[in-house]
Amino acid sequence: MNWITNYVRPRINSIFSRREMPENLWSKCDECGTMLFHRELSDNLNVCTNCGHHMALTPRDRFTALFDAGIFTEVEVPQPIDDPLKFRDQKKYPDRLKAAQKQTGEAEAMLVAEGEIGRTPIVAVAQDFSFMGGSMGMYVGNAIIAAAERAVMLKRPLILFSAAGGARMQEGILSLMQMPRTTVAVQMLKENNLPYIVVLTHPTTGGVTASYAMLGDVHIAEPNALICFAGPRVIEQTIREKLPEGFQRAEYLLDHGMLDRVTPRKDMREELITITRMLMGLPPAILADLPPPPEVSPEPPTPAPTPDQDSEQTS
Amino acid sequence: MHYLDFEKPLAEIEGKAEELRALARRSEGANVADEAAALDRKAADMLVDLYKNLTPWRKCQVARHPQRPHCEAYIKALFTEYTPLAGDRNFADDHAVMGGLARFDDQPVVVIGHEKGHDTKTRIERNFGMARPEGYRKAVRLMDMADRFGLPVITLVDTPGAYPGKGAEERGQSEAIARSTEKCLQIGVPLISIIIGEGGSGGAVAFATADKLAMLEHSVYSVISPEGCASILWKDAEKMREAAEALRLTAQDLHKLGVCDLVIKEPTGGAQRDTEATIAEVGKAIRSMLAQLKDAGGADLIASRRRKYLDMGSKGLAA
Repeated sequence: MNWITNYVRPRINSIFSRREMPENLWSKCDECGTMLFHRELSDNLNVCTNCGHHMALTPRDRFTALFDAGIFTEVEVPQPIDDPLKFRDQKKYPDRLKAAQKQTGEAEAMLVAEGEIGRTPIVAVAQDFSFMGGSMGMYVGNAIIAAAERAVMLKRPLILFSAAGGARMQEGILSLMQMPRTTVAVQMLKENNLPYIVVLTHPTTGGVTASYAMLGDVHIAEPNALICFAGPRVIEQTIREKLPEGFQRAEYLLDHGMLDRVTPRKDMREELITITRMLMGLPPAILADLPPPPEVSPEPPTPAPTPDQDSEQTS
Repeated sequence: MHYLDFEKPLAEIEGKAEELRALARRSEGANVADEAAALDRKAADMLVDLYKNLTPWRKCQVARHPQRPHCEAYIKALFTEYTPLAGDRNFADDHAVMGGLARFDDQPVVVIGHEKGHDTKTRIERNFGMARPEGYRKAVRLMDMADRFGLPVITLVDTPGAYPGKGAEERGQSEAIARSTEKCLQIGVPLISIIIGEGGSGGAVAFATADKLAMLEHSVYSVISPEGCASILWKDAEKMREAAEALRLTAQDLHKLGVCDLVIKEPTGGAQRDTEATIAEVGKAIRSMLAQLKDAGGADLIASRRRKYLDMGSKGLAA
């Protein structure tokens, strides 16, 4: 027994055994239960390689996959007043916020960015379901307004990825007031004839669906996303009957005329490029891996010499 | 009179006074008039006391009181030549939403509101004031008409929320609400809104996004019902008192937050105890708000309405 066996070796062991903890390397598909290796899963944009189930994707990962060469610049969002109602349930609202910040590493439930997709300049905004259920509070409202103002200033289309349980109850009526506030943001885009494309991801419900998520020029959803105003549980309690299979899922909404398209995540980027370029009156894009855009890109982008883009149209 | 749970002691006293009077009527000799009058005074004092500082949860109960005047009563009393206009030109007419042309002080206006119904039959017919997509689409149609013909729009809000039903979802409840809110922000005519009872979440926003928003003293306006909030955040629907407190859904708090522009006084003991006086007060409020917006219209009005909402909430409770 000496200090090497008593102290150094356990320490070395603990360092190495911690690194070998396999928990974070594998995750289980919520749908089919397949164990998925983390790198394989993230390469597939968090879509199960076995059953195609679309799992949550953080705004940052989404933007990295969306923008050319993963390059984007964050747009600053004006910070709203802290805890306007001094709200307290079982925990204080600021404590819940701090916990969410620590858990996600993000400041709030929405990320705004500008950059290029297929050399098409856009502004994008994405909601983070892992941050307090993506709930719509004043920050989310400010983010959408900031995104719309930025899009209007730069004359770019706005692409919004929604994901939220609804309004943020801890901000009470002021969360509800984000419904008219974000509607004003959408109107700014429409009055400036700028495309506003909504990508509805799982889940998009409540006041979010009943405002900016349903006011797009084009509505695209990810497969099997739950999209509704009142959730299925509330409806079952109200009407006291079982709801049909697939009720309020993306494909069901497509059938009922509420969506334009349901598109798998892997095809989303190319589809967004195609649609935004047509709406902006730009020539077809070259849909391939592009090098990062040059520091000073000429405006408008150079027309594509060999258009080649019919392959991804599926419906 | 329908008594709320916190009015039980009042009900007892009023009941006793009534009994005494009945006794006096039966037997001429019994001299109980003084005693009955004393009880009446006691009841009156208690009513003032009970309603002086209603807790937020009690306000929710008063706002939902079945005998509170509803939209139809206001339209009957305050407007002339009310001509209901029906249907969304698409699917159906929603009876939870009343609306049409009418005159207010002889001025033609468009009036729209949620109607809850007042007895079992009308409550079912009105779906308890819970609108389906057709109701919001009818409202959009009427607001468009008001905009084209330069008529001010007056909305009366009283709904537990939009109807959570299968058909309502299939026909696009969320889209219908979003379009109605959008229309509120697009019309170039004055839009004034009064919350006369319950302002339930998105179903209320769709009509209450206005140039001027007034609320009756004991009405509430909230992102979620206190019961719903309690079951989500407290995991216990019975904590609705705490939730009502935390949500700041009373007219007084909303006035502080800058969401509500005007609080309309109710008679002692709430609107249900004197519907006529309540309706008259609401009439006065509509008159004064319309006068304030007399010369407003067009692009300037739309811009200032949007500015109002963009600025909303920036100061919190200090607004």
